[in-house]
Amino acid sequence: MSPFATLLLRDIKLAARSGGGAALALSFFALVATLVPLGVGPDLRLLARMAGGILWVAAVLAALLSLDRLFQGDFEDGSLDMIALSPLPLELTALAKIAAHWLSTGLPLTLLSPLLALLFNLAPPATLILFVSLLIGTPAVSAVGAIGASLTLSLKRGGLLLPLIILPLLSPVVIFGAGAVALSLDGLASVNALGLLAAFSFAALLLSPFAAAASVRLNLGS
Amino acid sequence: MISSLTAENLACARGDKRLFDGLNFRVMAGQALAVEGANGAGKTSLLRMIAGFLAPAAGRILVKAASNESDDAEERGKSIGWLGHQDGLKPQLSVREQFDFFANLYGRKADSAVLEQVGLARQADLPCRYLSAGQKRRLGLARLLASQRPLWLLDEPFAALDTSGQQLVGQLMARHCGAGGIIIAATHEPLGLGNESLKL
Repeated sequence: MSPFATLLLRDIKLAARSGGGAALALSFFALVATLVPLGVGPDLRLLARMAGGILWVAAVLAALLSLDRLFQGDFEDGSLDMIALSPLPLELTALAKIAAHWLSTGLPLTLLSPLLALLFNLAPPATLILFVSLLIGTPAVSAVGAIGASLTLSLKRGGLLLPLIILPLLSPVVIFGAGAVALSLDGLASVNALGLLAAFSFAALLLSPFAAAASVRLNLGS
Repeated sequence: MISSLTAENLACARGDKRLFDGLNFRVMAGQALAVEGANGAGKTSLLRMIAGFLAPAAGRILVKAASNESDDAEERGKSIGWLGHQDGLKPQLSVREQFDFFANLYGRKADSAVLEQVGLARQADLPCRYLSAGQKRRLGLARLLASQRPLWLLDEPFAALDTSGQQLVGQLMARHCGAGGIIIAATHEPLGLGNESLKL
């Protein structure tokens, strides 16, 4: 097995066994999506109109819950030193960790979204757009999150700082993702919004491994 | 294979504090160097500098392999087997999973004979959270052996080990040097290899 696949599988295994990864994110996502209709009331048109924005924001916040541990666990227990000395370049290490985070958090959130869309009375075509937008956009959440996680690596309470760093950077994802759902509700084509979302995701996946690796290098020397 | 590691006029600064200055040493293949000094003297910083994690404030580290001599830290890192202060173990993974992970990460085949060699064959399926500090150190040694790197950087290699564990470390170090490897160890105890020592 290649070093990249080895690291990817280990991180997925750790996320599944630690209980703080996918299960926590999914529970948070489901709870927020359940509470909002209870708070807003039984206005089905209003709920459907809000669905895209609420579910996108809830998905981003849920993914944030496990992002601060992306590098920190390995940094604190010394694994990161050994990973840094392995034949796997730090850029690919970062990419493996981003992929593992998406597979253990972003993908399960996406798969759960059609079920939660029912609570908002979202029409099937708009539900499909929500699903596709999360599928395209959540990799960007993991990728941009990796930059924040690497920057706050050696800070004692970096997890508190992390949302302040990455949430502003993720606003395009929420705008295009929720916008695509809103366009679908209005009977308009969502292709452009989804295209912009895909472009943002692609750019984030392309650039963030380099930024995260540079930041990890700095922290290893601290 | 590395034929020598040379430090020339090396200096290390942490913040405003200069830990050491003008440090010169050379370790040849088959030799070990014990780095001694009081707490905070810069032993771990020196190891991290050799590993390429920390940039020297002055001076350079040269590694000679075959006819090439290079001060490239990234290139040097590919020759290094690291046993740091921390064990680098995940409590959720079993001893075998942990060992296989590092062997595969370093592009090596995970050989279970190594676990037997360090006395952890019976604990292979035990989650790492149940290991004692000494057993965790032994797993660190297994990982070091699996990496098959010629330059070992060891930070307190005898820490947490019982007498038999300390003897095991001694045997493994002697075998590594015998095979032409280089060892640089930060330690408060003698390595017992008839080695040179460096006082910080």
